[in-house]
Amino acid sequence: MPDEPAPAAPGGITGTTTLSEAASKAMLARHGVPVLDERTAASAEDAVAAAKALGFPVVLKLLGDRIAHKTERGLVRLGLTGAEAVRTAASALLAAATPEDGDVALLVAPMVSGTRELIAGLATDPQFGRTVMLGVGGVLAEAVADVQLRLVPIERVDAEEMIEDLATQRLLGAFRGEPPVDRAALVDVLLGLSAAAEADPSIVSADLNPLIVVDGRPVAVDALVEVER
Amino acid sequence: MSAAGAGEGAAASRRAGAAGARAGGRGVKGRPSDEAFRALFEPRGVIVAGASSHPGKFGFVSLHNLLAAGYSGRVFATNREGVEVLGVPTARGVEELPDGAADLVFVCTPASANPDLLRACAAKGVRAAFLTSAGYGEAGAQGRRAQDDLVALADEVGILLAGPNGQGVVSTPASLCAQIVAPYPPAGRIGVASQSGNFVSSFLNYAVHSGVGISRAVSAGNAAAVSVPDFLDWFADDPATSVGLAYVEGVPDGRAFAERVRSISERMPLVLLKGGATAGGQRAAASHTGSLATDDRVFDGALRQAGAVRARGVEEAYEAAATFATQPLPKGNRVVVMTTAGGWGVVTADAITTSELELAPLAPDLVAAIDGKLPPRWSRGNPVDLAGGETRDTIPEVLEMIATHPDVDAVIQLGLGIQSNQARMMREGPFYAGQGLERIVAFHERQDARYAQAAADISQATGKPILLATELGVTQPDNPGPATVRATGRLCYPSGPRAVAALEQLWRYGRWRERRGLR
Repeated sequence: MPDEPAPAAPGGITGTTTLSEAASKAMLARHGVPVLDERTAASAEDAVAAAKALGFPVVLKLLGDRIAHKTERGLVRLGLTGAEAVRTAASALLAAATPEDGDVALLVAPMVSGTRELIAGLATDPQFGRTVMLGVGGVLAEAVADVQLRLVPIERVDAEEMIEDLATQRLLGAFRGEPPVDRAALVDVLLGLSAAAEADPSIVSADLNPLIVVDGRPVAVDALVEVER
Repeated sequence: MSAAGAGEGAAASRRAGAAGARAGGRGVKGRPSDEAFRALFEPRGVIVAGASSHPGKFGFVSLHNLLAAGYSGRVFATNREGVEVLGVPTARGVEELPDGAADLVFVCTPASANPDLLRACAAKGVRAAFLTSAGYGEAGAQGRRAQDDLVALADEVGILLAGPNGQGVVSTPASLCAQIVAPYPPAGRIGVASQSGNFVSSFLNYAVHSGVGISRAVSAGNAAAVSVPDFLDWFADDPATSVGLAYVEGVPDGRAFAERVRSISERMPLVLLKGGATAGGQRAAASHTGSLATDDRVFDGALRQAGAVRARGVEEAYEAAATFATQPLPKGNRVVVMTTAGGWGVVTADAITTSELELAPLAPDLVAAIDGKLPPRWSRGNPVDLAGGETRDTIPEVLEMIATHPDVDAVIQLGLGIQSNQARMMREGPFYAGQGLERIVAFHERQDARYAQAAADISQATGKPILLATELGVTQPDNPGPATVRATGRLCYPSGPRAVAALEQLWRYGRWRERRGLR
């Protein structure tokens, strides 16, 4: 699967490839997209040290350019609350790597949680070119289909209007004991995506899914960037 | 970017782009020159090529409509036999016509005759052609070649080419009705451009019905050389036009389209009706204009970003455009509803609450002022329900209090014409003369006319939108209430919620401008 070329994207792009989660996050972070503070670790002991630096609980994932479908393969461990749990999980993940996975490392990230999930990203439309997307995320996202798109580049006012034009406004206010979504922070996510697309014409798509609302702040827990080969 | 945009198939778009890059009168804005557009919309003379004595043919109908609408310039016609049509002597060929007397040729001849025709017209000083002829881009590979050749020829001889396969062009400042269908609309400030001729007819029919009129209207047909955005771009600089109204189906170069829409929206409000928003509509559009499917979420986002006003249907599109053409933009979203009866106000309040407008609370000083005019049973809130407490002068007086209050940005007024409706029943009933009902009938009718006039006057004086809504505008257009709204040049909305929808579009557009530092 990893060696198969990605399907051709629209807009005359012939071949694309997907960056690893860490590379995707690093690329978007350079353009101001706030991503979770996370570390890579080569060994179980490194992972424990990283977890201590970040603070518990943490999430551990096995990372590699050729690893897709982490969740399906059980390569994600959530809610690790202490050093011993991290050490055990890290050893197990490293042991689960197969020769086909190539070079692997461990990703250590703070465990964040929030009731609300959004999605944001970039996509390429055959007629309109690259677009910035913001939508309501979570398991019902497709059924809810509450999405706003704008053409790259967007200005601050466009990002503000994307948020304002979502139909599910109640989700953005104070919700189940959590504070309202920090709209300025969400604007920064959208502006960062647009800036990344402008700066790098090879970006075909990007997905921040989920963008979990943690104490009101949107946090990109996962990121996937697809670039033209 | 030149002519790319709505109004052509992908092949035609490339063609138009290539042709547009050459002379052909394309100005700096990527559209044909002002001179070329003036030849189309304000010609000094018109030639109907292919005039026919058969009342069922385009060549008859177009000459008929041109004459019937009272076009003020000179009218010429050609006909192979040289027979007189509708009292107009025809020439056998354009060569026989005087030099420099006509700017526009309205072409009803078959495609095969048109290359020679355009050359002859150009030699006589004609600068614009509207082609109704079919057999071009819509008619297979051979038709597409003929269309490409025609575009190149028009470009070479310096003629603006509108159509082919189009319905015609209307321009009320020139009393021009060069089209193969009715109607000729009243004069006004709405500029219509459509990728589908039948939507031009729809919009013009609404103009006739509502009295809110049209400046220019054009069906782009195959849009071989001039696209819907090209026409709208010129309307945006046209002093006779204050709002654009367009129907589009396909957008081959979305990005160029979005840039044009943005530039247009900075100069005038633009109301767009888009066909093919769903999979079902897209299949229909593919067979109608060969348009590619567009992801409607992207299209919608691009329009929001570019400041265009999107309407979901033809009524909503027309009502939004008519409102832009006749009401000032609201400075804010605080709306007060004034009604003479409860239910209408409640339903209108619901519509405001589910919109981006605000059902503004009444300021205490406004409540106190209205208290001085009405018995205590009035609603003392928004909607302002007069609850039948009005006397002779109450309605205009209360309206003025509301509209002049600094916490109010717009007013929707309900209940116009109900007394005149009663008056009509009395007038037509068996007791009119015998019971001496003339006086009360005349009073009611005078009052309703006065209310409608007061709304227009107060709106003008305050610079705030005041929208009058009653279904009587549809069911009884000669009722003195709605009839007077029409006489003031404004639209009588068919219901409170429809007025809310139009007002919301004005508010959104005004906010789009304000947020981007445009006036």
